[in-house]
Amino acid sequence: MLTVDISKPLEGAAGPMDLRVALSIAEGSFTAIMGESGCGKTTLLRILAGLEEATGRIVVDGDFWLKDKNALPPQKRKIGFVFQDYALFENMTVRGNLLFVERDEKLADELLSLTGLTELADRRPSTLSGGQKQRVALARALMRRPRLLLLDEPLSALDPAMRSKLQHDILALHKRFGTTTLMVSHDPAEIYRLADRVIRLDHGRVTADGKPADVLLQAAGSQKFSFRGELLEVQKRDTIHVAIVAIGQQIVEVVLDASTAASLTVGETVTVAAKAFAPTVQKV
Amino acid sequence: MSGIDWTPFWLSFKLAGATTIILFGLALPVAWWLSRTNSRAKPLLEALVSLPIVLPPSVLGFYILWALAPNSPVGAFFEEHFDIKLVFSFTGLVVASCLYSFPFMVQPLQSGFESLNKNMLEAALLAGKTPLQTLLRVALPNIKPSLLTALIVTFAHTVGEFGVVLMVGGSIPGETKVASVAIYEFVEIMDYQNAHIYSAVMVALSFMVLLAVYTFNRYHRRQLGVY
Repeated sequence: MLTVDISKPLEGAAGPMDLRVALSIAEGSFTAIMGESGCGKTTLLRILAGLEEATGRIVVDGDFWLKDKNALPPQKRKIGFVFQDYALFENMTVRGNLLFVERDEKLADELLSLTGLTELADRRPSTLSGGQKQRVALARALMRRPRLLLLDEPLSALDPAMRSKLQHDILALHKRFGTTTLMVSHDPAEIYRLADRVIRLDHGRVTADGKPADVLLQAAGSQKFSFRGELLEVQKRDTIHVAIVAIGQQIVEVVLDASTAASLTVGETVTVAAKAFAPTVQKV
Repeated sequence: MSGIDWTPFWLSFKLAGATTIILFGLALPVAWWLSRTNSRAKPLLEALVSLPIVLPPSVLGFYILWALAPNSPVGAFFEEHFDIKLVFSFTGLVVASCLYSFPFMVQPLQSGFESLNKNMLEAALLAGKTPLQTLLRVALPNIKPSLLTALIVTFAHTVGEFGVVLMVGGSIPGETKVASVAIYEFVEIMDYQNAHIYSAVMVALSFMVLLAVYTFNRYHRRQLGVY
């Protein structure tokens, strides 16, 4: 059980703000943290890791990591941290990166095989692809048998195919080791697949907290298909207007009437919705 | 070439070697601290460290001479307790060279450390490593070109010293008469032939050292996949 009740003044994108978060995280759970950039997500992870100062308290199974201003140094917290930019030790091989953390050959071999890195064990990080590097970082983070695994947008620099492969790896490792995990992510599909709880941060405060299905499904139960997207262009074709909207990885066209077309500005976030009574699902 | 007295060269290289080894030990913590700190004292320390680059060697030499002379507190202390004479001796030259070459060791190390990925260093802390382990096993091995530059430039700069050496050491054969001082004396007594030979040897040695550094750096960058 992890109990957090912290505050820290931050210089946000929109001026100074306070990061104030009070949470309880269940042992072995997988929690996703989402929110606009600059809302304090990464800072929260760094405070948990002991890389940044804060006031308040962090208690893990009765052990204090932070009590008022007294912080346990990061070395003593037993944390696994995966950075967005991998942060591998460039002077060591893949296996060396794992063994530097803990001289446990057996665990290293198991982690390498679970992440499909056995063949690459003697390579240097600079010769690996982004996805391979992030798998090394993931395996390395688990070498200390951490009490808490923190993932800071681990997959955001990867292409969609590599993402889904790594999501699978993260899930497999979570099942195998049962490590309490906190992951910062922007990707609703990723959160849905991996997390059992999602927390939304907005300007340093928790504004939503619940099951991914409840927080993420935007139009639950209304028989309505509703998607958020970015308006790319409004075209006039003869007498009608057509909006081009990017939704996720797809681009769609929607016919508009003249007054709606006039009210929209390119670049805005828009909702595309339709009543759908019998939508079909087919294999691509 | 058999008539050449190699002692001044040997002295130059002995001085440079000793200075480089001592300075590495002294400059490493300073460079590491400077690269990591947010302290307000940082510009102050940086300015102090860089001072020898700007100051004329005669100014530095004068102060060192004044500070280390037997009638100064420092000079008296060393003479009384360790029986070490700090001026017009090889030991004094080493002390003076360490002050003079300090920025040439600190600056490349500091910029090397500053170019490291901060997350990589944090990953070492999170792996339970002490700051010292992080420095020796992660930071230093990842700045090899900067490390080599620091060592070689310090060495080369000490070999090339003249003003400070002359002021603090004088020109005692076999003790403080290094190559640069020897060349100066050859010119003064108009022995141009020996001045030519000594100078050419210095040019060749210096060029070879620098060539080795740049070759290594190129090799290292290629190894990392950076072209």
